[in-house]
Amino acid sequence: MYGRLPIVKMLLATIAMTVVISAVMVSINWDGQEASTAAPKIDDLLNVMIVLSSFVFSLVMVMLFYALYKFRAKPGDESDGEPIHGNTRLEIAWTLIPTIIVLFGAGYSWKVLADIEEKQADHVTVDVFSQQYAWSFAYPGKGYVWKEGEFHVPVNRQIQFKMHAQDVIHSFWVPEWRIKKDNVPGITTTALVTPDKEGTYQLICTELCGFGHATMRAKVVVESEAKWEKWVDGLKQKTPEPLMESVKQDTQVNPAGLDAGGA
Amino acid sequence: MVAAIKRPGWTRAILGAIAFGAFGFGLVVALRAISGLPIYQTEQTGYPHIIVPAITAPLGFLAGLGCFDYWLRWAVGAPTIPDDHSQHGAKTWKDYFHFNTDHKVIGVQYVCTTFFFFFVGGLMAMLIRAELAQPGTQIVDAATYNSLFSTHAVLMIFVFVIPVFAGLANYVLPLMIGAPDMAFPRLNALSFWMLPLAGLLFIGSFLCPGGAFDAGWTGYAPLSTGAPLGQSFFNLGVQFAGASSIATALNFLVTIITMRAPGMTFWRMPLLVWANLSTSLLVVAATPFIAGVQFMVLFDRALHTNFFDFAAGGDVISYQHIFWFYSHPAVYIMILPGFGIISEVISTHARKPIFGYRLMALALIGIVVLSYSVWAHHMFVAGMFSWLRVPMMITTLLIAVPTGIKIFSWLGTLYFGKIHTYSTAMLFALAFIVTFTIGGISGVMLGMVPIDIHVSDTYFIVAHIHFVLFGGSVFTIFAGVYHWFPKMTGRMYDERLGRVHFWGTLVGTWGTFVPMHWVGMDGMPRRVADYAEQFGEWNLLISVFAFILGAVQLVFLYNMVTSWRYGPRAEANPWRANSIEWQVSSPPPIFNFDEIPRVVGGPYEFGIPGAKHAIMTSEGAEVPAAEPSVVGTGS
Repeated sequence: MYGRLPIVKMLLATIAMTVVISAVMVSINWDGQEASTAAPKIDDLLNVMIVLSSFVFSLVMVMLFYALYKFRAKPGDESDGEPIHGNTRLEIAWTLIPTIIVLFGAGYSWKVLADIEEKQADHVTVDVFSQQYAWSFAYPGKGYVWKEGEFHVPVNRQIQFKMHAQDVIHSFWVPEWRIKKDNVPGITTTALVTPDKEGTYQLICTELCGFGHATMRAKVVVESEAKWEKWVDGLKQKTPEPLMESVKQDTQVNPAGLDAGGA
Repeated sequence: MVAAIKRPGWTRAILGAIAFGAFGFGLVVALRAISGLPIYQTEQTGYPHIIVPAITAPLGFLAGLGCFDYWLRWAVGAPTIPDDHSQHGAKTWKDYFHFNTDHKVIGVQYVCTTFFFFFVGGLMAMLIRAELAQPGTQIVDAATYNSLFSTHAVLMIFVFVIPVFAGLANYVLPLMIGAPDMAFPRLNALSFWMLPLAGLLFIGSFLCPGGAFDAGWTGYAPLSTGAPLGQSFFNLGVQFAGASSIATALNFLVTIITMRAPGMTFWRMPLLVWANLSTSLLVVAATPFIAGVQFMVLFDRALHTNFFDFAAGGDVISYQHIFWFYSHPAVYIMILPGFGIISEVISTHARKPIFGYRLMALALIGIVVLSYSVWAHHMFVAGMFSWLRVPMMITTLLIAVPTGIKIFSWLGTLYFGKIHTYSTAMLFALAFIVTFTIGGISGVMLGMVPIDIHVSDTYFIVAHIHFVLFGGSVFTIFAGVYHWFPKMTGRMYDERLGRVHFWGTLVGTWGTFVPMHWVGMDGMPRRVADYAEQFGEWNLLISVFAFILGAVQLVFLYNMVTSWRYGPRAEANPWRANSIEWQVSSPPPIFNFDEIPRVVGGPYEFGIPGAKHAIMTSEGAEVPAAEPSVVGTGS
């Protein structure tokens, strides 16, 4: 009835294009420096998705451009195409195969999520306070000593951040840690991270909070545990009373037993 | 003068707006005086003497324009004026500026009005990109910048993308299903006239003390509940745009369900009709949620109801749940009608039946059902209860499946066809497949919680939404406008200028939005007027492409305006399509059909000898299309 398609050649072209795109895309470090135990896991997930996406994209491009190359109407050709209404096997295939791909992606993501949010017993807790347009930090393990605009944490220890917002929603993001969490007025939100590289980073507010949003930053220092202890012990100021109020009054949004620890 | 006041029209509309506005103002002043309160309350979240007139004056305008005349007479038992069809159809260009019940006039009114807002919103985008071309603040200060991106998004979403689809479908859909008009023509006219009011409220907020609303189009509480007066204009504008959407969706549902021509079963409907059926199902059920949540914010602001005030026991995160319960379905409201347009364009220009027509229709319904169960993927880092994340991730990823079915079926439609690419509509349709695939891929990545944690609220999000909304929705809008331009205006557009517009838009879109993915992943947050030096070069490049993208839209505008005025006359069916709207003259006769057509087959039976979609006269004989009885073009 109608000609056959060069299926094998099209598949080979798709695979070749997938390999080229994936090779280029995976070789680039999109997310920037990795400085927490979560970062490589998230970046690996991203790379796996880049490969799968490259395949889907290559398939669409090969299908599209082959059709445009092969089935362009000649100038002046007013005839119609073949009256093909569908192909059940093909339709089942392009329903099932994407379903399998996305369910694989969901399962993999779930595993990564569980990994990066696994709580460890010896974690250090830091209270984070945000208000228009400043960050401040307290150390409950050290009698709630308090510092504005800068915090230090020990390397290779899990840190639990307990976040409180005083006015509007802010969001806590350290790109090198791949961790982000909104600070919400009235509730305590939490995030877990294990920094594994010493250095100085920037904390960025990523939830629109007013005209000062773009400049709402703080300094993050990851250092050895000994240096960190010394730094914290050097802090003299206690957490101011209004901020202590939110430590006491904020409620946990997650019902007991459902909180995986991180969220 | 008296006659002008009694007759519905602009004089009465302006007087109505003034009178109703004065009434609202007087009511506030009087009630406050009686209660012994200071007459004017000018806390930034207050201003009742401005908010109440901002509600009543638009209603007065609508009443003056004649939107309620027929219903009010009927409601109070006065004799109704026999309908002489004087408000139906356009005889001169002036009729497009009046209350009109003809779905074709309303369709043109919609498309022109929404494109006006497209260009206003586009100018704001140009200002935004000018500011972002270099790190630091140069052109606007941070507060103005926040107002600019908020109004840009709101204009584009609420008074461009959503209603322009309603406008295109308004024109085309009744013709497609062989109906003489929409089911409720007066409601249809009211739906349209609420739209410019919504747009004016959004733009008018720039005049408020404290500037235009600046809490983003998402208007998250408590930033929005404490914001200056402009935010209240956003809350109110959404009500008018939302009411317009809901009324139109009801109209489409009733029209599609009850007014199809004899023989047009559900499985013989063109996919554009399926698409608008699905969209309308989303609008009627989801849009009330954003109307509700914006009222809650307005009440929090003006009446201190404390829905979202944490200090008074309110729940901050509940705003986001209600907002996204609308606003995620809303992204499908903004793409499903486009899917319908692409199906029509690709099938016609590939001279092929749609591949897997029934699965295409079912995929639309699948998207409708799934889209109600994915809203919290916007909230993976919002601090909501953590257990909801994984189920929402799975539904979010699954929605890629029906979307993928549509992409592959369009590609399948091309195979063994005779693909014509002379039409700009087809170029946009083919480019849409590619750009939307990219947007879909980044959407799947965003659906994965661990990746989303990193890129949420960064430029990756900005890149994603512009790939799906500009590379997706707006490409389908351009495809639709070019495709039905001959039908709507009776003129052909200039394909050469169309191709300039197409290639400029394609290059501009990719150049602008592809690098945004990179800077986002690398650490640039969204909604900032100022950013770290390291992103300077990429942002300059993005801005340059954005200006190309903006400039090339002027080519489109020029093409549309001059072609409408001077273009060569269009024949009834320039694309040799099968569906019914192409079987009547361009533009169609005032009441669409002399005789209701009979549908005898599917809409895409290309290549089948003797196959027909519809028979236009009762004899079944070929009769030349009637001369257009109406000049609907202003020419």
